[in-house]
Amino acid sequence: MTISSLPASAADYGGASAAFLRRRAFWNRVSGYILALAAATSVLVTVGIVYVLISQSIPFFQHVSLWDFLTDTQWTPVFEDAHFGVMTLVSATVTVAGIALALAIPAGLMLAIYLSEFASPRVRETIKPFLELLEAVPTVVYGFFALLLVTPLLQTFMPNLSGFNLLAPGLVMGIMILPYTASVSEDAMRSVPMGLREAGYALGYSRFRVATHVVIPAALSGITAAFILGMSRAVGETMVVAIAAGQNPRFGFDPTQGASTITAYIVQMTMGDLPHGTVAYQSVFAAGLTLFVITLFFNLLGFYLRRRFREVY
Amino acid sequence: MQTTTKLAMNATPTSQPAVASHSAAQHPAETATLRAEVRNLDFWYGEKQALKAVNLPIHDCKVTALIGPSGCGKSTLLRCFNRMHDLYPGNRYSGEILLQPENQNLIDMDPGLVRLRIGMVFQKPNPFPKSIFENVAAGLRVRGVNNKALVQERVETALKGAAIWDEVKDRLHESAYGLSGGQQQRLCIARALAPQPDILLLDEPTSALDPIATAKIEDLLTELHKRVTIVIVTHNMQQAARISDYTAYMHMGDMVEFGRTEDLFTHPKEQRTNDYITGRFG
Repeated sequence: MTISSLPASAADYGGASAAFLRRRAFWNRVSGYILALAAATSVLVTVGIVYVLISQSIPFFQHVSLWDFLTDTQWTPVFEDAHFGVMTLVSATVTVAGIALALAIPAGLMLAIYLSEFASPRVRETIKPFLELLEAVPTVVYGFFALLLVTPLLQTFMPNLSGFNLLAPGLVMGIMILPYTASVSEDAMRSVPMGLREAGYALGYSRFRVATHVVIPAALSGITAAFILGMSRAVGETMVVAIAAGQNPRFGFDPTQGASTITAYIVQMTMGDLPHGTVAYQSVFAAGLTLFVITLFFNLLGFYLRRRFREVY
Repeated sequence: MQTTTKLAMNATPTSQPAVASHSAAQHPAETATLRAEVRNLDFWYGEKQALKAVNLPIHDCKVTALIGPSGCGKSTLLRCFNRMHDLYPGNRYSGEILLQPENQNLIDMDPGLVRLRIGMVFQKPNPFPKSIFENVAAGLRVRGVNNKALVQERVETALKGAAIWDEVKDRLHESAYGLSGGQQQRLCIARALAPQPDILLLDEPTSALDPIATAKIEDLLTELHKRVTIVIVTHNMQQAARISDYTAYMHMGDMVEFGRTEDLFTHPKEQRTNDYITGRFG
């Protein structure tokens, strides 16, 4: 077919009919709307949650001053003499999360270094499924594990450890977030270009020195993000502490005693039959808002650190 | 001055590359001693043989250029000198690279120890995510040299040797990533020089750089070869002709021809060498 035998009309589009082009434009538009709707849902849900938390917390703060909320060291919402010192719950949350991270950060980092720098591909492909399996264990199982196995085990050489305590759930939570932090930091380490490692080896670095002096500094943003996200998870984790840490609000950082964390308190209260509109009922939302603010803070910190330490390869 | 002449050479491609002004002919003939000697070296990537019975002398305080078409084994040979292949599973050597005058076979030594003696600069500048100073000090620290004054002095000497001191002396403690590509590459040369290696390996050190940065590095290498033994891989024949004293032409894992740069480029003995340097293939 020669050029001259083509239809005179310039807008031929290779034989597409006008109706086809209309359908094409229509579906292009519609598919865009559907996808935008899906994206909007996530925003709407987030905004909705924040709205509920705040709107339900406002009446609470009309009864309890923000000052008392932040400075009182007792949390006794259903007592005659009600106190609402959220730091009581926060102290337990911080203690458990601190123990979890004290285990998960060094162990996770070592595991990630091993997998990324030392393990042969075959060993790595064997270990990673086990890590993923560890991630798939339901948190309620970890809770029982803490209460019925770890606590009695610890009691054999820590006789003053109470049956409900913060130490066992903290350690178990550390094991729980370990696979997550290890695999995210391993991804960050493996994305460090080989050329940078070779620079280290060419100077006479050992494998371990390449890991600590080249790979970790270069992957620091990803590693930091992994641990910040792990921290967020530890702070928000509910089942393990609800089962193994007890439900007695107590201000302090002693890991050998039980104490109610923010999440455990929320579980406890929502399972009971609290009358709507009472201050105790509203306190659940205030506690939820506190938790939200803490995890938001860590996520923003993680976001900031990621940008701050981002390396340009 | 020198820079402009080199740029002009870059701008006008010639089929017969110009020959380095400092070629071996101007030096007292063949008094140079050997720094290393490759003898019957075979190398395999898994099943694939990449070097076939390669022989090559490396003259002390001279620049030896390895040239040849892509995949000829020139980079593979270079990376044998500091045992870089040992980082990857399935690689295998047989033969000798004798370091002189000790007569030590690099292929039999602990790769970590080999790399403490042989420095390397890579194709793509790869500074560490550290300050300029710490990049150059890195090679000293790994050798246990921590004396502050000594480190300070060696870093300065290395940066001067790599012709980058004037550009970075006021920002030694800023990140190396703030430097341009050419500056980063000279920093990498300084990093390799600081521990005073027996041999400096360069793997196409200018292929990622613009002509001006390339000219600076070539000037630097011309200056350096008086003090350091250099082996450089280059795919740029003009570059080999400009900066090297000896040239080795490789093809498909074979060492086809080795000679003084001037001789190899003007009177190649082998037909394959002649075809390559006259641009008939490669």
